[in-house]
Amino acid sequence: MAKLDSKVPPGELSGKWRRHKADIRLVNPANKRKYEVIVVGAGLAGSSAAASLAEMGYKVSCFVFHDSPRRAHSIAAQGGINAAKNYQNDGDSVYRLFYDTIKGGDYRAREANVHRLAEVSVNIIDQCVAQGVPFAREYGGLLDNRSFGGAQVSRTFYARGQTGQQLLLGAYSALSKGIASGGITLHTQSEMLDLVVVDGHAKGIIVRDLVTGTITRHAADAVILATGGYGNVFNLSTYARGSNATAIWRAYKRGACFANPCYTQIHPTCIPVTGDYQSKLTLMSESLRNDGRIWVPKRKEDRLKPPASIPESDRDYYLERIYPSFGNLCPRDVASRAAKRVCDEGRGVGISGLGVYLDFAESIGRLGESGVRERYGNLFDIYKEITNENAYKVPMRIFPAVHYTMGGLWVDYNLMSNVPGLFVLGEANFSDHGANRLGASALMQGLGDGYFVIPYTVGDYLASQKPGSRPSADSQEFKTAEVEVALTTSRMLSIKGKEPVSHYHKRLGQIMWQYCGMARNKEGLEKALQEIPALRKEFWENVHVPGSGDTMNQSLERAGRVADFLELGELMCRDALAREESCGGHFREEHQYPDGECKRDDVNFAHVAAWEFAGEGKDPVRNTEPLNYETVKMSVRNYK
Amino acid sequence: MSTNTFSVTVRVWRQDGPGRPGAFADYPVAGVNPDMSFLEMLDVLNDELTMKGIEPVAFAHDCREGICGTCSLVIDGKPHGPHHGVASCQTYMRSYKDGDVIVVEPYRARPFPVVKDLVTDRSAFDKIQQAGGFISIRTGSAPEANSVPVPKEVADLAMDAAQCIGCGACVAACKNSSAMLFVAAKVSHLGLLPQGQPERDRRVLAMVSTMDGLGFGSCTNQYECSAACPKLISHDFIARMNRDYAKAVFRSAFKPVAAGAEA
Amino acid sequence: MDLARHLLRSTLGRKLIMAGTGVVLIGFVVGHLVGNLQVFEDPDRINGYAHFLQSLGPVLWLVRIFLLVCVVLHIWSATVLSLESMKARGSEPYRVKKWIGATFASRYMRGTGYVVLAFILYHLAHFTLGAAQPATFKENLPHYVMKGDYHVLGVTVVRAGAEVLDCRQMVIGGFKNPVVALFYMVAVGLLSLHLLHGAESLFQTFGWKNHSWERGLRAVVTLLCAAYFLGNLAIPGSVLLGMLR
Ligand SMILES: Cc1cc2nc3c(=O)[nH]c(=O)nc-3n(C[C@H](O)[C@H](O)[C@H](O)COP(=O)(O)OP(=O)(O)OC[C@H]3O[C@@H](n4cnc5c(N)ncnc54)[C@H](O)[C@@H]3O)c2cc1C
Ligand code: HEM
Ligand code: HEM
Ligand code: SF4
Ligand code: F3S
Ligand code: FES
Repeated sequence: MAKLDSKVPPGELSGKWRRHKADIRLVNPANKRKYEVIVVGAGLAGSSAAASLAEMGYKVSCFVFHDSPRRAHSIAAQGGINAAKNYQNDGDSVYRLFYDTIKGGDYRAREANVHRLAEVSVNIIDQCVAQGVPFAREYGGLLDNRSFGGAQVSRTFYARGQTGQQLLLGAYSALSKGIASGGITLHTQSEMLDLVVVDGHAKGIIVRDLVTGTITRHAADAVILATGGYGNVFNLSTYARGSNATAIWRAYKRGACFANPCYTQIHPTCIPVTGDYQSKLTLMSESLRNDGRIWVPKRKEDRLKPPASIPESDRDYYLERIYPSFGNLCPRDVASRAAKRVCDEGRGVGISGLGVYLDFAESIGRLGESGVRERYGNLFDIYKEITNENAYKVPMRIFPAVHYTMGGLWVDYNLMSNVPGLFVLGEANFSDHGANRLGASALMQGLGDGYFVIPYTVGDYLASQKPGSRPSADSQEFKTAEVEVALTTSRMLSIKGKEPVSHYHKRLGQIMWQYCGMARNKEGLEKALQEIPALRKEFWENVHVPGSGDTMNQSLERAGRVADFLELGELMCRDALAREESCGGHFREEHQYPDGECKRDDVNFAHVAAWEFAGEGKDPVRNTEPLNYETVKMSVRNYK
Repeated sequence: MSTNTFSVTVRVWRQDGPGRPGAFADYPVAGVNPDMSFLEMLDVLNDELTMKGIEPVAFAHDCREGICGTCSLVIDGKPHGPHHGVASCQTYMRSYKDGDVIVVEPYRARPFPVVKDLVTDRSAFDKIQQAGGFISIRTGSAPEANSVPVPKEVADLAMDAAQCIGCGACVAACKNSSAMLFVAAKVSHLGLLPQGQPERDRRVLAMVSTMDGLGFGSCTNQYECSAACPKLISHDFIARMNRDYAKAVFRSAFKPVAAGAEA
Repeated sequence: MDLARHLLRSTLGRKLIMAGTGVVLIGFVVGHLVGNLQVFEDPDRINGYAHFLQSLGPVLWLVRIFLLVCVVLHIWSATVLSLESMKARGSEPYRVKKWIGATFASRYMRGTGYVVLAFILYHLAHFTLGAAQPATFKENLPHYVMKGDYHVLGVTVVRAGAEVLDCRQMVIGGFKNPVVALFYMVAVGLLSLHLLHGAESLFQTFGWKNHSWERGLRAVVTLLCAAYFLGNLAIPGSVLLGMLR
């Protein structure tokens, strides 16, 4: 059994982080350059961490599978980033942001982590502005805010509909500065395919060069994974096609615990699926819910009628009806499930019946078309591009889609996994969002982890490692890991079966969406647990990966990622089956209130489930870390 | 949602690896749905090629929503395909009709060598960025965000420039393979904001000299770049960078030299 | 020195040189045209003017050297940048290439520029050195006797009765040869095309332009270039049509 010590410092909540920083061990400045740190990933979390650590004097090597760090998936975040600045003077505070995030996460997050996140949120904005992030401003020249789902204050900072892009470009510029100064060595198109553990400590990685196919070993004093989320296990999602679980999955197989894999966020406002060729679902930013009203026809018969011909009296603005105080701005999981319910009732719009209207008629009346264009023009353009429909004239059709994974590798308060020396940041860890993430808090978490947490906590670990004590990349552990990676690669290439990789990805996605998607039940999950291993077996017998391993081979890249998804999918179903309650992004049909709301079981499930790999073919072990709520009282989430 | 499918032929550049000879190959694609994206059409083609034992066509892509800047096809002679202000990945098959022959090529520019088929190496852009595309601010040392007001118009303009997705279509479209639009967008984004002032001269001089050193061509003010840019970055930023550059050059030539410094 | 290094070594610097010298050259060709148009007036005017210019001596040489330096710098920049740009393009051309933003004139700047260069060389051989058509060269024509005074800015610079070279007859004689006249017409056409892009482009190069008046600028430049072309066309054209004798 893995030892899960959360290392949450004692004492009063709001002082924990301050005290912890004061108590933590430091590395002598002259010694810093003797330590090498590997950072895998250069999204918000990875870039900010690599840049900050290099500034402190550590030698940093940064690995990304992309051709440039600026392409990390963080670039796609549209809506914004939360921070408790209270610039709007609407009563915001660190405590309120903390509280909203805890509540939004359905009381399944660690209090101390979330409070720290709220504390550093204000520094993040300062940092980004100083880097030149062109946040939206008011005429007076000060920063503008907007409101986001799950909050009653305006605390979201944004840069048009491209907040993630601008934040990432900021972090990327810091990274670039570090590369220019020689503190960071960047390895692009380099996919981490294994973690190397020496004497129980993470001391290096095995990497495949995606252009030449060369496999190399890299040793370091500590390894940081910031490799993003794993939502592509569903095949169709709002993630970039390249987003994958490989790095964290290999780390899991080397002993790191995987926490709450089943917590999946389904975003309510995405463009519905059109056909089986589809490769990607596009998000329409949540900010649209500020001005758009969501509805479906009251009667099934009306669902294919042109929306304009349906009179007000025959429309059901169901979110406003069921949740009068939050209305269209209720949290994502709540809005998504409500959409699923109305579609299950047969009232879904569009040919597939899987869609609801997001209607701007009222706000166009209020703000004028130009006012709406000013706020959301680029989103309307994207919508038009994809659907060929003009949303200024007809309401948008939207449907929920997989968007974020709250689960990830288990980490303690220092963001270190249970494998010493292995740190996990950003979406790749399980930390701050509990069972559901509030809009605009992932960007905050990625940058908070990278700029303001890891620079302190890595030092604490490194101070325990003698300078120069890192093993050589020629040691046995490295060689063995490299050979294993090479074997897996050649095995995939040698099957030459009958189906392309995409075939298996699609089938896995269907199983996952059907049984482990927006709503889950015991029977379905058990079925998935039968089907996934069978699919995996078929994959390893019948997949066709063309080409060779010694040039760029995109099929091979995808095959490796899908192979890992085929294992991870099973773990997600296991986790969903074991968690006999509903909470946030995990909805078990057996556990709901009569009105369809989540029914948590705080007595039996107020814990983190951290799965431990027990060996190929063996059932993984479910470890738990109890969640102790010292400050906030757990209550039934209520957005009515 | 449309159900009438059709067929097209894609004439695509095939090249095994960097510096290897390449050639065009014609592949028919049947069952094209107008709601398919261009890249989804290539996915379908690639699955078919795989099953026929032909190596699939390598093409760069990631986000498929026009923001990461990875996709980089030259479709029928225009980077990113037929539309204005749209990336390859946001191009939909409803722009084509039955029987069309679509020519798909990689970017052609010496600083962007072909890696394989339609994939090119654009790391030159990262190098330009590393030359000065940043504000030197240490983590944790930033002043309170609202301590420096920035006029909304200035912030908006900086954002217009900052929207560049680094796709390189500007270089691909330019007869001279000039990277001016990209570099101008970077220089203007930071140069407009008060936070970017201290390094303004240094930045433009360093980024331009790196751009030159990497073998990009020079700008002859033809505006193909801004016409091909998926984010419609304005070539006014090129004018702005020219001005910034001239100012920086003259300022550096006429700045006083401290006594003893000439030694 | 830093300044020279930046201007001569960087692409942007060379562009600035090209634009700066371009301004000088535009000034010259426009001024030259205005001077040349005096051919339509009394022979006193153009011949007096030509004599006055020749009489400037060292000043003339200073101007000539300055112009020569500008031309050399302009052409050097254009050539070096063109070669670099062609190299930047790489060896594999596009199979299909669509023009999407470039104006017609901008696509042929190199071609029009070099034809203009060839023209200038011929032109110098023709009217300055007398190597091209020695029979009608001014030195070989009977001298012209000024009927009245020729003034510049109210100051009399050539007095009545002075014997001067007959520049007017040289021009007219030269253009009686239709091949020569046609070559001039084509060359000034291409020069106008060169200026059509060049005169607008230099505003972009100096950074003095934006979208809000890009169209206005383009319209003004187009009008000026058309006027410049017609003015130039008029001289050989009228000779060919027998209107200038
Ligand atoms: C469409 C969309 C919109 C969103 N909008 C918002 C929003 O408005 N507000 C908000 O707060 N959050 C939003 N999110 C969520 C948020 O963007 C992400 O959670 C966050 O950016 C993740 O950042 P990251 O640094 O953890 O990972 P990523 O940005 O995904 O970066 C992962 C990095 O790891 C590298 N990598 C991955 N695997 C490997 C490997 N095996 N080897 C080497 N390198 C590897 C990649 O190259 C990349 O550099 C949105 C998400 C999506 C999909
Ligand atoms: C009297 C003659 C000439 C004049 C008035 C003239 C004028 C100009 C001007 C104003 C520009 C624009 C500069 C800029 O935008 O930066 C220009 C550009 C250029 N000129 Fe000339 N030029 C002349 C002769 C030549 C000659 C002889 C050549 C031949 C080599 C030439 C080649 C070019 C080229 C290649 C450009 C750059 C194209 C561009 O900026 O788009 N020019 N010229
Ligand atoms: C129809 C058109 C033109 C006519 C009639 C014309 C006529 C003349 C004449 C008569 C001279 C000789 C003056 C003298 O030495 O007495 C001259 C010189 C010259 N012209 Fe032209 N010209 C014409 C067009 C041009 C153009 C288009 C250019 C440039 C691109 C040009 C460039 C020059 C130059 C450089 C000289 C030499 C000046 C000197 O001696 O220093 N001319 N031209
Ligand atoms: S300027 Fe436009 S075309 Fe060029 S890299 Fe940026 S987004 Fe792409
Ligand atoms: S197309 Fe090329 S010439 Fe200049 S204006 Fe754009 S870089
Ligand atoms: S794939 Fe990301 S911009 Fe096209």
